[in-house]
Amino acid sequence: MTFLFTLILFNYICSMEILHVKRVYKTYAEHKALHNVSIHIDKQRIFGLLGPNGAGKTTLIRIINQITGPDKGEVFFEGERLAPKHISQIGYLPEERGLYKKMKVGEQAVYLAQLKGMPKKEAIHKLNEWFDKFEITNWWDKKVEELSKGMAQKVQFITTVLHEPKLLILDEPFSGFDPINTNLIKKEILELREKGSTIIFSTHNMESVEEICDDIALINKSRKILDGKVVDIKNEYKTNIYEITFEGNLIAFTNALWTGFELLSTEKKDNRIVAKVKGIQKDTSLNKLLATVLNDVNIIAVKEHIPTMNEIFIEKVNEVMPDDLPEEMEG
Amino acid sequence: MNKIALIIQREYLTRVKKTSFILMTLFGPILMAALMLVPIWLGLKDKDIQIIEVIDETGQFINQFENSLTLQFDYEFKPIEEAKAAFYKEKYTSILHISDLGKQTTAQLYYKKQPGMSTISNIESTIEKGIRNIELKDKFNITKAQLDEIQPDVKVNPIALSETGGEESKNVGISTVLGFAGAIMIYFFIFMYGIQIMRGVIEEKTSRIVEIIISSVKPFQLMMGKIIGIALVGLTQFSLWIILSMGIYAVAMAAISSDSVANMVNTEQMMQGEQMNEMTKAASSTGLEAQISGMLQQIPIAKLLISFLFYFLGGYLLYGAFLAAIGSAVDNEADSQQFMMPVTIPLIFSFVVAGTVMDNPDGALAFWLSIIPITSPVIMMVRIPFGVETWELLLSMALLVLGFLGATWMAAKIYRTGILMYGKKITYKELWKWLSYKG
Repeated sequence: MTFLFTLILFNYICSMEILHVKRVYKTYAEHKALHNVSIHIDKQRIFGLLGPNGAGKTTLIRIINQITGPDKGEVFFEGERLAPKHISQIGYLPEERGLYKKMKVGEQAVYLAQLKGMPKKEAIHKLNEWFDKFEITNWWDKKVEELSKGMAQKVQFITTVLHEPKLLILDEPFSGFDPINTNLIKKEILELREKGSTIIFSTHNMESVEEICDDIALINKSRKILDGKVVDIKNEYKTNIYEITFEGNLIAFTNALWTGFELLSTEKKDNRIVAKVKGIQKDTSLNKLLATVLNDVNIIAVKEHIPTMNEIFIEKVNEVMPDDLPEEMEG
Repeated sequence: MNKIALIIQREYLTRVKKTSFILMTLFGPILMAALMLVPIWLGLKDKDIQIIEVIDETGQFINQFENSLTLQFDYEFKPIEEAKAAFYKEKYTSILHISDLGKQTTAQLYYKKQPGMSTISNIESTIEKGIRNIELKDKFNITKAQLDEIQPDVKVNPIALSETGGEESKNVGISTVLGFAGAIMIYFFIFMYGIQIMRGVIEEKTSRIVEIIISSVKPFQLMMGKIIGIALVGLTQFSLWIILSMGIYAVAMAAISSDSVANMVNTEQMMQGEQMNEMTKAASSTGLEAQISGMLQQIPIAKLLISFLFYFLGGYLLYGAFLAAIGSAVDNEADSQQFMMPVTIPLIFSFVVAGTVMDNPDGALAFWLSIIPITSPVIMMVRIPFGVETWELLLSMALLVLGFLGATWMAAKIYRTGILMYGKKITYKELWKWLSYKG
């Protein structure tokens, strides 16, 4: 019995879960910001928090940051109920960002790290490391107002991660960065994950989601309407449409298909035919398609048509609220 | 380190290190001293002596005008036309032509440069005095010397007689000056540093750093840290000003030799003597000093200073909380105007009625305004030099403490919602709603 209990406890402590938002509700005056939203975030994952403007992402982020509290529901950080002591373990880069313009870069970064509970000496030491890494050591004594927008963004990113938080919340982290710095920051985000951080990545830029997110949750009109691993979601939303290029007889090809696939369109290119087919059964796969037609035609190329996150996003959002336009209000 | 201490430290250091703070602190007392001393100095310097040529056709005023520090009368016996013709060749600044004698004597004063009002009234009273002397002598046969003998010199010395029989004499003049100075300083400090709170809040809001900071600390901590930090800046500036002023005073005293000081005192006395009719003429310079230090001894200096610090801090915290709330509700300083009005009106009002309060420092108006927290910082400072009952002072202080606690509580609620609200025109209705938000 004791053994079992220890095992459960051990399991609990070593749990992979860093954040658990449990049935959270939040209402502002007349505006419903979050309605029964639950999410799980596992350690060392990049978690995409998606949704149109005004969906409730910022409210959820503010609740995790303890800037505001939920009306109903609970939030757990590493299995413990979210409390002020967790502040030092969370790093937050808001979408609307800024620094004290008249304050020197180094002083400011150290101040912000100290507010997160980091001792001053350690903050200075770590800050030097980051400045070396980004090759900006000569910025220490510059005032923020002397920096360009991109430079300030870099400083801002450093101040977010300086105290080495377990959980990083980045709200549209790439807005305002040029492609070179975007790549730099992307590389840093991935590196931070390798080192053990978990990242919540709030955005409506779907391209970056596909590129770096492991899991996502989609929020629309204050409700969570979709969540899971990116791979699973894409699988779930796959259209079962394949594009196959072959040489041979179209009639033979069509005949071979009939048990499991439906021919959507064909296009003749020289002596090759490009055909679009859709699986009829739910469990179709590329292998099955290949097996079906392998003996009848000479296959040149084949690929599965997988929906982009963008398509899924638009489909899901429209599915729930077909004729409502998202409100232009953050909160 | 405690987070609120960190915030206080930042708010304090960034402001104290500013060039504008250092310049203001260094030159503030010099400016103030200059503001007070330059007019006096100019007044002394510019007091050029008027030499008046008296053409007296009646022959009654010969040697009857008393020369004073600024007026000198020379008597000439020539026709007025001749004097006028020669006027610009002579040293005289004006010609006084008296052609007739009687109760309604009109005299002509010809001048090169327009004489000031005071010069004219000075001449007028001199002539009146001259005529009176002549008439006294003519009609009643009384000489000036005889008149001087019966000239009474009365001074009313107000003495407060307490129930227990203790006597305390108070000087209304010095109380007025101190009361007024206290009121001005409280008013000025509350405004100056209160506005700094508002600016600081707006700066954090517009630069959007506020969201980062309140992910680390509670909005209340940020607000209080700012308010306290700026209060410390104010106290620093205030103490530096006192130290510097004392330094400047000492230097100025050392620079001016004792001779010229005595001279100055003498001149002042004579000037006063002219106007105040021999009242201070008798007092020697040591007598005057004793009189001033005597007056100062009647004023409870320690009580005044402690009260000043208390009412400055209390008033600043009260108004500072309101101003912090305003700063949080708007996006830029221009938008703050509509909310500033109701906050500044009580402060300006109390400053405006300070004069009325001084006339009747124990009246109902004075009492109530010095009890109500929004007006008490200024009004109580006006009343204290005149003497305030201890229970009134304690009641007023207690209410001020309650007042700023209440204001801070309200401000915190507005602040918490306001700092995260961007690009929205805020109305009073909206502010009221924020007060009822929870969590």
